[in-house]
Amino acid sequence: MSHPSKAAEFLKDQAKSHWHDETLWFVRDKRDKISKSIPEWENLRTLASGLKDYVLNNLDTLLLDFEANAKKNGIHVHWAVDAEEHNQIVHSILEKHDCKAIVKSKSILTEECHLNPYLEKRGVEVVDTDLGERIVQFLQQPPSHIVLPAIHLKKGDISKIFHEKLQTEKGNEDPTYLTHAARLHLREKFLKAKVAITGVNFGVAETGEFVVCTNEGNADMGVHLADVHIACMGIEKIIPRRKDLGVFLRLLARSATGQPITNYNSHFRSPEPGKEIHIVLLDNGRTRQLARDKFKNSLKCIRCGACMNTCPIYRRSGGYSYGSTVPGPIGSILSPGIDVKKYSTLPFASTLCGSCSDVCPVKINIHEQLYEWRQEITKANPDLAKGMSMKMASGIFTSPLAYKISGNLMRKSLKALPKSIIYNPLNVWGKERDLPNPPKESFKEWYKKNRP
Amino acid sequence: MSNQTPHVGLFIPCYVDQFYPNVGIASLELLEKLGCKVSYPQSQTCCGQPLANSGYERDTIGSSEHFIKTFGDFDYVVAPSGSCIMHVKEHFPPEFHGQNTYKELQGKVYELTEFITDVLKAEIKGEFPHRIGYHSSCHGLRGLRLGASTELNVSPFNKAKQLLQGLDGLDWVELTRKDECCGFGGTFAVSEEALSVQMGKDRLADHLEKNVEILTGGDMSCIMHLQGISSRNKQPLKFMHIAEILNQAIQ
Repeated sequence: MSHPSKAAEFLKDQAKSHWHDETLWFVRDKRDKISKSIPEWENLRTLASGLKDYVLNNLDTLLLDFEANAKKNGIHVHWAVDAEEHNQIVHSILEKHDCKAIVKSKSILTEECHLNPYLEKRGVEVVDTDLGERIVQFLQQPPSHIVLPAIHLKKGDISKIFHEKLQTEKGNEDPTYLTHAARLHLREKFLKAKVAITGVNFGVAETGEFVVCTNEGNADMGVHLADVHIACMGIEKIIPRRKDLGVFLRLLARSATGQPITNYNSHFRSPEPGKEIHIVLLDNGRTRQLARDKFKNSLKCIRCGACMNTCPIYRRSGGYSYGSTVPGPIGSILSPGIDVKKYSTLPFASTLCGSCSDVCPVKINIHEQLYEWRQEITKANPDLAKGMSMKMASGIFTSPLAYKISGNLMRKSLKALPKSIIYNPLNVWGKERDLPNPPKESFKEWYKKNRP
Repeated sequence: MSNQTPHVGLFIPCYVDQFYPNVGIASLELLEKLGCKVSYPQSQTCCGQPLANSGYERDTIGSSEHFIKTFGDFDYVVAPSGSCIMHVKEHFPPEFHGQNTYKELQGKVYELTEFITDVLKAEIKGEFPHRIGYHSSCHGLRGLRLGASTELNVSPFNKAKQLLQGLDGLDWVELTRKDECCGFGGTFAVSEEALSVQMGKDRLADHLEKNVEILTGGDMSCIMHLQGISSRNKQPLKFMHIAEILNQAIQ
């Protein structure tokens, strides 16, 4: 299904889509307030953008430095060219440790690889330990937002899910009560898991360490109780130096949720005696994107989700309307790089309003890339009808006479035709909008008479 | 400005020419009242934006060439539209980039309000005793930076507000969402009709809640969309382009 039809579906429940819009606007507003509380905000964005440019231009050597330093620290480093290889690597580590149950903190990268179904098919129980992710996992849904995975659900929905899955009291919607139930449930899972999987927010080339940011402490809880920690990391998550975190951590939490800092910014450098740390470095199309000049800086993304919270389309159409692992504006410039046909409607799911680019903490020119993807998509998917009508329009624009004739016709026919014909079912503009009242003459005609 | 009166080429977007001649007239008269020598080259056509935004920028070579030919000799090119000016400034096809004629054009095209505040550096004195809600069009705001967008941590400014607030009796209304998109978006208005209409309704609600009497803005495309929804729902709002307000009020 295309974005427009899924968006229209989401909008049918007016009260819920309005609530979704207001909820995410609240997050955007919180972000505005806190970003304006530090005067150096715009400088931080410029610094972060520059650092990420440096990373993308030196990714080859930074990755090798990272690998060498991580190995020195006793970490096992694996390279995966695609999702399949990534999943195989993770599974082989689990097999080696005879592990049949794992806990996993939030990692959009493992969503991208569809790791959960891969492992479940092979008899491994996967438990997502981020509260929002656990909720959508109960529903067998993917996250609808990369920072707020269950933002499309209301507390009544969650009460129902927990009643069914965790035997909480029917109809009890108290958030504290529900959170406590989730905590007890997850604790059991934490204690049983021999292997914990996490994502990676930042990999530091200079030291070989990596940083995982969570608000719930669930990554730490999983890792510290398990014997083996597998960290799944996209190759673009490298930063050169530890001190660069002073820029990125300040931007990340403020942009994501309007907090001054994420609750847990955990640095992992080397395994405890008797334990193991593995890092799986994933490409999965990232080097292909890096080779595309117009689109490579989409890889600067630090996954804060601010572009989703600000996007007037995302807020009103929900994460699932995009049908891609990463939804929203950033997803709409990343996804066509993975499959230009499957995601062809996403770059058009935008008014090019530019709010995403202004809100982005690493200054990705998201709306300009949406525009550029449109140019690529019309080449890759020659939609004949659309192409033809556009060509005709092009002919009109270049010829003053043709343009004048069609304009005259349009104005006159609007006046002459009955409303039922103007607002026929094919007239999408007129479904919920009136057309302008046609004036008796165009500006050009007025000008000829009045400024001869 | 130099002593010699500069020659301004008036660029009237195609849909303004056809549907909103009064906006063209107001722009022309306003610039004349401010002492400009203004001509409207009658061979002008659409700038090509609808094509380019739909992914057919490569088919706009003809209209871009025609635009440069039509407007190349003027000292300034001014249009009552942030959106069309942004297109002319940024989105002519790559073939034109680096060409001197295009570079010159890029340096002399202005949206109407920025031309008044930045080039003419004029203040407009007059009276307009009405309660005004301003719709910042996204291309004007974030494309041409006619104001500070709310996402950025920069000193607030707004060129339209600067002009309107000089008018006696004008009551400027602060909106809850100061610069959210109205949902027009060119072909988006029809390709994503449901979203487009919802966004428009939400924008209108912000103005209505604050008892706005006249909704104004710098782009008739946004206003056409908002007015279309408002009129269908019989809402008590009036709509004017900022050029119409300034031209009516100026003494």
